[in-house]
Amino acid sequence: MSEAQLKNTGAERSRSLEEIFEQRIANDEKIEPKDWMPEKYRKTHIRQISQHAHSEIVGMLPEGNWITRAPSLRRKVALLAKVQDEAGHGLYLYSACETLGISRDELYEQLHSGKAKYSSIFNYPTVTWADMGAIGWLVDGAAIINQVPLCNTSYGPYARAMIRVCKEESFHQRQGFEIMMSLCNGTEEQKQMAQDALNRWWWPSLMMLGPTDSESVHTEQSMKWKLKRKTNDELRQQFIDQTVPQADILGITVPDPDLKWNEKTGHYDFGEIDWDEFWQVVKGHGPCNKERMNARVGAWKRGTWVRDAAMSYAEKQKIKKENSAKAV
Amino acid sequence: MKTNLYNYILELADNCLIAGQRLGELCGHGPSLETDIACTNISLDLFGQTRSYFQYAAEIKGKDATEDSIAFLRTEREYKNILLVEQPNRDFAYTIARQYLFDVFHLLLLEKLQFSQDLTLSAIAKKSIKEVSYHVRFTGDWIKRLGDGTEISHEKMQTAIDGLWIYTNELFEVTEEAKELAEEGIAVDVSTLKEAYYEKVTALLEEGTLTVPESKYFQKGGKAGIHTEHMGYLLSDMQYMQRTYPNMKW
Repeated sequence: MSEAQLKNTGAERSRSLEEIFEQRIANDEKIEPKDWMPEKYRKTHIRQISQHAHSEIVGMLPEGNWITRAPSLRRKVALLAKVQDEAGHGLYLYSACETLGISRDELYEQLHSGKAKYSSIFNYPTVTWADMGAIGWLVDGAAIINQVPLCNTSYGPYARAMIRVCKEESFHQRQGFEIMMSLCNGTEEQKQMAQDALNRWWWPSLMMLGPTDSESVHTEQSMKWKLKRKTNDELRQQFIDQTVPQADILGITVPDPDLKWNEKTGHYDFGEIDWDEFWQVVKGHGPCNKERMNARVGAWKRGTWVRDAAMSYAEKQKIKKENSAKAV
Repeated sequence: MKTNLYNYILELADNCLIAGQRLGELCGHGPSLETDIACTNISLDLFGQTRSYFQYAAEIKGKDATEDSIAFLRTEREYKNILLVEQPNRDFAYTIARQYLFDVFHLLLLEKLQFSQDLTLSAIAKKSIKEVSYHVRFTGDWIKRLGDGTEISHEKMQTAIDGLWIYTNELFEVTEEAKELAEEGIAVDVSTLKEAYYEKVTALLEEGTLTVPESKYFQKGGKAGIHTEHMGYLLSDMQYMQRTYPNMKW
């Protein structure tokens, strides 16, 4: 066979592999780690899953900020458990990501160097206790809307991780709503605290569902791979439609003068989102971007000697075991 | 009110509360995700135990007492935890050493407390034994890992053990109320745990190639409410909400 013929056969083979792959996705079959996949699929999944994992562990920080100051023992325990759940989500999302041939250390390196992104919402400060309610209710609420469709995404390890993540997130959202409810049923001061938290978290929560469709660069390909099932704007509308009545139940006001129920569309109309603010925070200039990164990088650096010790100890134990086996 | 019993419950519970609070500070800042999750887990167990004790104490105290008024609305002089558990998280070695030195004692205590004539204390102890057995395994493993890991980790762990050793003797101080209640078969006479404690700790430190400190001078005062300077800061953090917004439900 000539070189040109060989090349042709190679190209045909990879074309047919790709065809089979696309067919499997169209049939709603799961792609597993050892299956053939196009390089772009692998890279896109590493990007999205790691971004999700990073968001979980950076997301521990704003809420972790209130663990020592939680107002009651019951709230303290619930908050600790919630932040621990987030660490757990980080853990199995990193593991899912590792099945695509990248190590956790490499993923951390990408986060710490600023190469990888995490959800921008965590760059806002948690300034009062009510923020623990607002984050659970709004931020976890928006996260669920984003994540439920991922339970059926094409990449098996990601889809399976998401089933567990979503169950826990929905519990967190109810917990957050319940914190808001206690505040809204409390004193005037508590109710004001709840309103203030809604004022500060509402718009960032809407932004959390991503740039508007015309600005979203990954949507089309991600829809094809079922890494995304609805567009950002569709998800945002769903979030607003679901959340506004909940604010009504709480008796607090969504900070959008243009918010209005539209009989014709069966949806809420809402005001203009400040996309300049969104891009400013995404590009690293939000209120807490530097604090969050310093906290992550700091914890990692301070932990170096601990991780080194664990490796060295394991190595010593292994040698000991081998030596005693030899002696026998 | 059964004052002795109430005070004895505080003596048991404040250790859990303050140790849990210290571990809670680290949530999200651990050296790895796995250790972060494990330390949070221990913190959660300790707060769970705290709640059981304080709910019982609130019943005894009556009036408007709740687990939260007892946890958050006492003055510094009214907290009865041992000095050991309030020591700060200077680094991961200190955190692990502090927790381990407490865990060994805690497990020995609970193993006796489960036979208390007081059925509530006995039930809390039985439930807690399972949890604390895990704590002592986790922190004990890390003492060995850091002690026998690298030169740096060995040095850090030795420094932590040396620094915290002076607080260990207080574990075995018997308060007046505990003494009386021990005679009734309700409380544990902690002085009886001392020998087993130092035996276990010594064996593990040696396994971790660490030197058992020889100090003969110890610090005490926590059980009488005289704390180290660290305690006030811990409390102002912990009590912030309850003090700033009195009489509210959360």
